[in-house]
Amino acid sequence: MKKIILSFSLIFTFTAYTLYVRILGANTSVVLTPEPNKLKAPLNLTQYNKTIVKPKSTSFPSSKLISNSNSTPIPITMPNTISSSVINTDKYKNGSYTGSIVDAYYGNVQVLAVVSNGKITDVQFLNYPKSRQTSVNINTRAMPYLISEAITIQDSNVDTVSGASFTSAAFRKSLEMALFQARI
Amino acid sequence: MKQTQIIMGTPVIIEIINKEAKQKFFDEVFNYFKYVDEKFSTYKENSEITAINNKKIKEENMSKDMQLIFKLSEETKKLTNGYFDIITPKGKYDPSGIVKGWSIFNASKILKNYGIKNFCIEAGGDIETFGKNEKKEIWCIGIQNPFSEKREVIKKVYLSGKGIATSGSYVRGRHIYNPKDKYDNLEDIVSLTIIGPNIFEADRYATAIYAMGQKGISFIEKLDGFEGYFIDKNGIATMTKGFNNYIKK
Repeated sequence: MKKIILSFSLIFTFTAYTLYVRILGANTSVVLTPEPNKLKAPLNLTQYNKTIVKPKSTSFPSSKLISNSNSTPIPITMPNTISSSVINTDKYKNGSYTGSIVDAYYGNVQVLAVVSNGKITDVQFLNYPKSRQTSVNINTRAMPYLISEAITIQDSNVDTVSGASFTSAAFRKSLEMALFQARI
Repeated sequence: MKQTQIIMGTPVIIEIINKEAKQKFFDEVFNYFKYVDEKFSTYKENSEITAINNKKIKEENMSKDMQLIFKLSEETKKLTNGYFDIITPKGKYDPSGIVKGWSIFNASKILKNYGIKNFCIEAGGDIETFGKNEKKEIWCIGIQNPFSEKREVIKKVYLSGKGIATSGSYVRGRHIYNPKDKYDNLEDIVSLTIIGPNIFEADRYATAIYAMGQKGISFIEKLDGFEGYFIDKNGIATMTKGFNNYIKK
């Protein structure tokens, strides 16, 4: 009897482990895909509204869900029960959210998403592959390592405003330039 | 206390907190800007720069301030790999890309020499701040919306002891050209704002980096002590990594 119980529990453990590895493997194998070209587009706010996942759960590398709205998004397979609680494309809670560190094959990627008024207003790379020469080459080309945002009108409660000065003098100069070019 | 005068074809605004303000400070600073305008304006027939351009004054006989501006322009040209040049396509000298920042920097020095600790000087959108404003808060500077002729703010930064300058091509067309390629359209970036250790530095780099187009972003990212905010024609802004340090009070 003992032997039967032992062998059953062994088989059960093995099966459970295999299943676990498969689920995790299916998920990570997608996430691990470097897909550097998918990250080529500028960090445009509108595309992030659609694709960023609220990094609430720590067990899933949700921060990797970056895609270009013009190309097919990186397919992500997640167990249904978890994805429904993690993904929320409509509204977000205000605050800064750090995504988990994700192995992107060439190195780790980690982002910080800032949410205000229920919308993602900023996404920053806290961590990106840079350890090896190949990674560096890929990244300088593929990953916009600076922060981008769509401009929005703010209240004008400021001491003063910095802008390009377009005085009559500048206008004259501009015209001069145009005429200079028109001449040839 | 805040006073405005139109000098160098642009509004010059001086604000000193009430506790430290005296009329003579304002007068002295405005007079300094007038002196600069008389000397460096390419639109004034009697200015020294016009005389140099008309070959009435030889370069070796230039005034000390003019010699300094020529020297600083040469230095800026080297620092920016040739993207800054006071020689126009017509072969004339036009130092306006450096003179405004330089004059605000000197005006700021005048006030500091009087022991004034809280002020803000602006000339045509280029600003230097020191200390705090009337509300005892760090000076809050808005970045102008490049797609509007109205005074609209699209970003706020908090600056003390720094300079901020914006270059752009909006509203009435461009006024900066690429010295390396006169026919470069510089279309992608419509506005760029540079924060630097003082207004002289911010202004000269804002002019040169604008001429670099998209390449300017990585140039300023590598430059110690400088941050930039670039707006492209689609209304997408890209900022250097340290820019965020200025958006909190």
